[in-house]
Amino acid sequence: MPIIKKGEWVSDEWISVDDETDLPIEGDVLVSLTRYQENTAALTARAGKLGVRLEASEPPEAIADEVGSFDLITVDFPAFKDGRGYSYARLLRERFGYTGELRAVGNVLRDQLSLMWRCGFDAFHVNQSITPEVFAESIGELSIAYQPTGVTKDTVMNARHK
Amino acid sequence: MYRYDQFDHKLVTERVNQFRGQVSRRMSGEMTEDEFKPLRLMNGVYLQLHAYMLRVAVPYGTLSSVQMHKLADIATKYDKGYGHFTTRQNLQYNWPALEDLPKILDELAEVEMHAIQTSGNCIRNVTADQYAGAAADEIDDPRIWSEIIRQWSTFHPEFTFLPRKFKFAVTGCSNDRAAIRVHDIGIELVRGKDGDVAFDIHVGGGQGRTPMIAKLIGEAISREDLLAYLEATLRVYNMSGRRDHLYKSRIKILVHDIGAEEMKRLVEEEFALVKKQGVLQLPQEEVDRIRAYFAAPDFETLDAECPELDAAMASNKRFAAWVNTNTAQHKQAGYTIANISLKPIGGVAGDASDAQMHVVADVAEKYSFSEIRVTHEQNLVLAHVKKSDLLALWETLEANGMGTPNLGLITDQIVCPGLDYCALANARSIPIGQEITERFADLDRQHNIGELKLKISGCINACGHHHVGHIGILGVDKKGTEYYQVTLGGSADEITSVGKIVGRAFTEHEIVDAIETIVEVYLDLRESPDERFLDAYRRVGIAPFKEKLYADN
Repeated sequence: MPIIKKGEWVSDEWISVDDETDLPIEGDVLVSLTRYQENTAALTARAGKLGVRLEASEPPEAIADEVGSFDLITVDFPAFKDGRGYSYARLLRERFGYTGELRAVGNVLRDQLSLMWRCGFDAFHVNQSITPEVFAESIGELSIAYQPTGVTKDTVMNARHK
Repeated sequence: MYRYDQFDHKLVTERVNQFRGQVSRRMSGEMTEDEFKPLRLMNGVYLQLHAYMLRVAVPYGTLSSVQMHKLADIATKYDKGYGHFTTRQNLQYNWPALEDLPKILDELAEVEMHAIQTSGNCIRNVTADQYAGAAADEIDDPRIWSEIIRQWSTFHPEFTFLPRKFKFAVTGCSNDRAAIRVHDIGIELVRGKDGDVAFDIHVGGGQGRTPMIAKLIGEAISREDLLAYLEATLRVYNMSGRRDHLYKSRIKILVHDIGAEEMKRLVEEEFALVKKQGVLQLPQEEVDRIRAYFAAPDFETLDAECPELDAAMASNKRFAAWVNTNTAQHKQAGYTIANISLKPIGGVAGDASDAQMHVVADVAEKYSFSEIRVTHEQNLVLAHVKKSDLLALWETLEANGMGTPNLGLITDQIVCPGLDYCALANARSIPIGQEITERFADLDRQHNIGELKLKISGCINACGHHHVGHIGILGVDKKGTEYYQVTLGGSADEITSVGKIVGRAFTEHEIVDAIETIVEVYLDLRESPDERFLDAYRRVGIAPFKEKLYADN
């Protein structure tokens, strides 16, 4: 599955390691929250970059004070109707100050991209039908927002009372 | 009333284009029905038993004459010449074609209307007291705050895929005409310590298969904190509400499971953090901007007494009955609030033909500052009518089948669409409602019975509000036959209660007689004609009704 980051195709250099597999000596690794919590010292001491996978049932409060340790956080959408990940993204970006790559994975569909984008996701694990052109079209459909969320700082309210 | 500025216009136009793209991707097969479903629902499009249904949002039930004319035109052009006003103060079209929907939305957008968030697991159209801005008893106009909530909740990216749908209602005073305690969030405007308008936030009410009365979670929340408090509540729900079971996903189940105290603790913890960030603080200048749209119209200075009205009432009994039941006290001397009943004897509750909608738009223009309200009890309201205009208004309404003097009486029912339209229903509701209105058609008899709120749902989802009917009727299916279960003692006002089941269900042939028996028992035992059905029931309990209903068993 391709990845669109900030509107462009990118290749996925990350090595996703499951909980039973040994860590590779080199390279950037992506691990589960459980693995991170059990092996924090070893993982943060490695040379490569570190990423963590959050399941829909894992609120980001668990890593609130440690977001600086990560260059990638993925949030899973097990079904597109499961909207917990939208809250997680906002907390990570707006409350915990996470600035690395925030990637939506799982059931990520065209018509949810703009919502995810507005909540602070900047990377998306998508199916082949979503090209950068489709992505741009999707997030451009609504050009202004009522709410201050994620990357949206130019709200209707601010525009009205400039 | 509120008028769009350039930003509101832009968003609605862009939304129509977005939906046009979604429809075309569905029609080309690029998108599956499963993927399309939540998107069309977010735009008010349901697939019913026989056709698609489009639900048009009427924010807090307020319409202009121009908008009402447009709704009538759409009914003529794209539907079968009628529309249905709903308990969410919205309007539904039952027969639009899928390919016409973008065109209908274009036409709606011309008059600042849309179908945004009238369905789906998002924050739905906000409802409010239909007497807003006219009632003598309100602390502040609930439409101002409903509009602020409407904007905050429109396309809210975080709360578009909640565990389940989410409904707000707002009342401007302690006399609750908006049924706030059976909403996910019900807001009552109160006076804060500083004397400013503040907000009591009731959370976790609802009907459906598990009726619950909302708990007071936030007390006297201040103006600047309102949106932060709501966002905190919604976030707690979005992250902690159940998603494993359709029937256990509403916020009422969360509040029930963890308890009101724990819910309050979680919300307050989250609220403190949201508030600290500060971006959701509601600025006074925005409140002022919106308030200006709801400024009182140019009332004339009139006497409170109106001798012409008294004379007309003395000479026309039906008109007098209408004035007595269908009008309510206005804050301005010489004016009154006029309720237009959409419950003619033998009619379909809440339905209006295109011709009737045009008539309502015209009388609103002539007599009530071109403004109309839709009520959650499926009637219409002209909020500012001069007493001296009442006769002329009523004569026009009467000539067009909308002058029935039955507001709050047994024939003024809430009735869901039921098995005649709805894919979820177990039983028909509309014909049962019609039969009951015919049985009680006699006006003197209805007026003698007095206030009696009868509500009918065709399934346990309770769209007909049967749990909070003084008399509630619930259609159930037993091995392919429709039965009707009766509840007594429900109420949706400031003393909200959930009705109790009276006993075994009735067949469609028995149900109307059963209702008549209940009414006869009440008439026999009431202490005076002033003791309403609900008061009498609360005094005597269910036993006398039960006894008479099942005497032969």
